[in-house]
Amino acid sequence: MADENNSSGSNGKNGKVGVIERVKDDIQALKTDIPSKAKEQLEGLKDPTKTQVYTSIFRHKHDDTPRNRALGVLSNVFLHLHPAKINRDAVRYSYTWGMGGITFYLFIILTYTGVLLMFYYHPTKVQAFRDVLYLEHDVPFGKILRNMHRWAAHLMVIAVWLHMFRVFLTGSYKKPREFNWNIGVLLLVFTLLLSFTGYLLPDDQLGFWAVTVGTNMARATPLLGHEGPFGHQLGMTPYNDVRFGLLGGSIVDANALLRSYIWHCIGIPIVASVLMIVHFWRVRKDGGISGPAQVMLEAEADKPRRGPKAAGE
Amino acid sequence: MDWRQLWEICSAPDNVPIVGLIPLLAFFIYLAWKQAHANDQLIGQLETDPALAKTHHRKTWPFKPGWQKEVHVWPFLLRIEFLAAIIVTIILMVWSITLNAPLEEPSNPNLTMNPAKAPWYFLGLQEMLVYFDPWIAGVVMPTLIIVGLMVIPYIDTNPLGSGYYTWRQRRFAISVFLFGFIILWVSMIMIGTFIRGPGWQWFWPGQTWDHNRLIYEVNRDLPDEIPRWLGGPIVSNWAKGVFGAIVVGGYYLIGGGLLYSLFRRRMAKDFRRMSLLQFSIMQFFLLTMVALPIKMSLRLLWHIKYVWITPWFNV
Repeated sequence: MADENNSSGSNGKNGKVGVIERVKDDIQALKTDIPSKAKEQLEGLKDPTKTQVYTSIFRHKHDDTPRNRALGVLSNVFLHLHPAKINRDAVRYSYTWGMGGITFYLFIILTYTGVLLMFYYHPTKVQAFRDVLYLEHDVPFGKILRNMHRWAAHLMVIAVWLHMFRVFLTGSYKKPREFNWNIGVLLLVFTLLLSFTGYLLPDDQLGFWAVTVGTNMARATPLLGHEGPFGHQLGMTPYNDVRFGLLGGSIVDANALLRSYIWHCIGIPIVASVLMIVHFWRVRKDGGISGPAQVMLEAEADKPRRGPKAAGE
Repeated sequence: MDWRQLWEICSAPDNVPIVGLIPLLAFFIYLAWKQAHANDQLIGQLETDPALAKTHHRKTWPFKPGWQKEVHVWPFLLRIEFLAAIIVTIILMVWSITLNAPLEEPSNPNLTMNPAKAPWYFLGLQEMLVYFDPWIAGVVMPTLIIVGLMVIPYIDTNPLGSGYYTWRQRRFAISVFLFGFIILWVSMIMIGTFIRGPGWQWFWPGQTWDHNRLIYEVNRDLPDEIPRWLGGPIVSNWAKGVFGAIVVGGYYLIGGGLLYSLFRRRMAKDFRRMSLLQFSIMQFFLLTMVALPIKMSLRLLWHIKYVWITPWFNV
């Protein structure tokens, strides 16, 4: 600015007068500019959906039109797993029981409460049990946090079973959804393993003996366990068999605690999340939710099918 | 009747989900049955009336011409998901406020819990430990359950009943699944939770868990039980091994034959659709499932422990 002033106002006195006049002029202009700008601003606030901030977040208009309803789902990363439209009867609770979605919701709750619990927990023999006592008695809302984590875990096991039950009863594993049923079976196994690895973490009698009973079975693994059929012949001992690998020792101790902690908090959740991504994606790719489909008659059973869409609608 | 004992078992915090599972399962079986029944009636009606079959929209729910076949996910599905999330959250909150997660004494390898129970969802497998050696109950069975579930879509060749509840079009598949899920899985968990007490002994609901109870049972093996007039009991180890192989092999052979006969006569269409591999896998898994209650009753009713004895493994 200084340079500019020097170049335009060449002579000293003239320059000073010029600056003062310009300032006056600016103030004069402000008196009209501010009210008009402010009015403009207020006008803009009346329709926030027109603001740049809004349009940068939501890539569609706000009006209630079919197009915007579809875009609301399709242009949202969290919702776009859904199609824009679904079978009108598929929204009936009695068909799906909502169990798949509830399972996923419980997984989210478990991740959330689990992360919070991790702030207070050390997976060591000295501290684990004390940390749970600390959570129970001193941490604000610690008790309800732990309770929610445990009951959500139990509920998730039940929800997974009921989801599988429903999928079986509606024949939803049939062509073209065979592969996704298999992913589902793996997810069921990982749900049980997640719950099982979490059982040891409070390091109390209940978890300790449950995990002892559970992992003792691994001793009897055929070929790979030291008490299993042909294990002895293959040189298996309590110090090199599959149970040793699971526990990181020959008894349930500090290493077992650390191992189950890592499987519980990191290993299995990652694998399960990857499988969940595949599971949800395949639901869409295999033609969306399986029904409620039109009933098929005995006479039509062996007629050639028309691809995935035929089953869905 | 020891009501206090019963209450103690049912109200143990970790048992509450199992107590809850019973009415939940009953409700959902009812819900499924109701829809299957309605669909079956519709199917019956359409099969007797081909003209109607051509025009009917083929669902039990009402549909009028002009109605849209599809609805927008926003809001019709999302509002349900949102509602479900809120309801689950409320249930979980209330449950967590009213019932505390169990916490026992610090772990102590020198003090065995009695009964020492696995987490409730594995109690079915633990119950199997009574009837089978750990390598079967703890390793082979879980593997077979997982593999067995995974092969279902590949051995069920019935194209009917995809995407709707039905009973009459899938009698066999649904019976087998109910047998596996309700009888072999859920009811074993119930036994493991409510009936097995100290020493993993059988206590009827309401019976006091007596930690000093002793049961004098002599379990014998099947080769020892062969009556004299049939040349028994079998003494030599070799003969026991061969005998067991014949019994187990014979079970699968005869059972397989019966299944073949059943399919050929009663389910000819399904049999025609199945390949040899599909049919034999189905036979194997079904016979293995049926073997569980057989082995259980051998043990519970006749005190027979092993059927097949070899130097390396016992079945």
